[in-house]
Amino acid sequence: MLLDWLYVAVFAIVGLVLAGLPLVIVWLLAPRIDYPQKRSTYESGVVPFGQAWAQFNIRYYIFGLVFVVFDVEVIYLYPWAVVFKDLGAFAFVEMVIFLTILMVGLAYAWRKGALEWV
Amino acid sequence: MNWLIEIGKAAALCVVVFTFIAISVMVMVYAERKLSAWMQARIGPRHVGPQGLLQLIADTVKLLQKENIVPRQADYLVFSTAPLIVAVAALLDYVVIPLGKVGDTVLIVRDINIGVLYFAAMASLTVIGILTGGWASNNKYSLLGGLRSAAQMVSYEIPLGLSIICVAMLASTLSTVGIVEAQRGRWFIFQAFPFGFFAFVVFIIASTAETNRVPFDLPEAESELIAGYQSEYTGMRFSLFQLGEYGELFGMSAMAVVMFLGGWSGPRPVPPLLWFFIKTYALVFVMIWVRWTYPRFRIDQLLNLSWKFLLPVGLVNILGIGAWLILLR
Repeated sequence: MLLDWLYVAVFAIVGLVLAGLPLVIVWLLAPRIDYPQKRSTYESGVVPFGQAWAQFNIRYYIFGLVFVVFDVEVIYLYPWAVVFKDLGAFAFVEMVIFLTILMVGLAYAWRKGALEWV
Repeated sequence: MNWLIEIGKAAALCVVVFTFIAISVMVMVYAERKLSAWMQARIGPRHVGPQGLLQLIADTVKLLQKENIVPRQADYLVFSTAPLIVAVAALLDYVVIPLGKVGDTVLIVRDINIGVLYFAAMASLTVIGILTGGWASNNKYSLLGGLRSAAQMVSYEIPLGLSIICVAMLASTLSTVGIVEAQRGRWFIFQAFPFGFFAFVVFIIASTAETNRVPFDLPEAESELIAGYQSEYTGMRFSLFQLGEYGELFGMSAMAVVMFLGGWSGPRPVPPLLWFFIKTYALVFVMIWVRWTYPRFRIDQLLNLSWKFLLPVGLVNILGIGAWLILLR
């Protein structure tokens, strides 16, 4: 059980090293010639206008909120789904009630226009 | 002492899996170029090696000699870690993918007991790399690409999870090996007809969106965002993004095969390992086919498809499978 996650951790660390290896080869092989135009930001060929790190409007923050609700719901469904065959009809009815509440919530968000891209 | 041996084994397996991904990415890129050429009545790569088979090796050697350019205005540290995150996220997917069976041993790195949940979590790590890469470039196109990617991942994560739950209900387990074993009689795509099939379709659509491929390639969109979050990346960093993306494509197809198409099982004379690769590459072919056939979605159409179509279908699907399991078993 714990061994599984040791493998995952080793994969993450060794994977980082392996993915970094080509970058080391590039560092050894590739030329390094620098002039101001080369390191300027690409903007369709014109001189970049200001920075990209300005204030911007994340239009989909409501999608983000709805996402949190449904993602948590999906997490609740996992343990239920695994033992579903043992629990039978009673668990099914309970889940129908749970999902109905969520679907009413989705319908409400839909009706209120939270799912429109503006 | 035991721990050290296990760590050594894990490291060796990691090298094997990484090499496997690198080779299969080369195969897929070559296949994509050849197939797209074929679909557009062109010839495609043919000069390097027989039928252009060595083209990808030539490309890799070329990319290794290219300078790594970091824009002056970019955030250096975040800019250089982003491609690594994408590549490692793709690598971590492969821990739970069972490739086949030789005798009684299943060819899998670790059969984690929450396998498919782990897979979904690792597959969605990619967005962190894409979003940080887009932001750190300090380029307007890249930033837009990164933000679009976040919106897309957030939206398609849920249909993906809902179709995984359908599989968990049918198999009563989350382990990938257990899921394949549970399909011995009948593949899940044919079980609980038509709900198993619907779950498969939802999974394929959502996984296409999660891997940022056409018709859901809004984060890259060459014609409007000039490759989006990749605009500022050169040489090997760019190819790490490609590695992650194609690695994810293979991983998603393999997962679809494991969950719906019976994994490595198949008629006798063909070995299980070969069956698995035949099925997975068939799905990869479908993904490539879709890419070169359909035009790109608009962002509002993309979000509508997820929230107003796939999400209700996924919820109804779960109820359908539940009712089927209770009434007919």
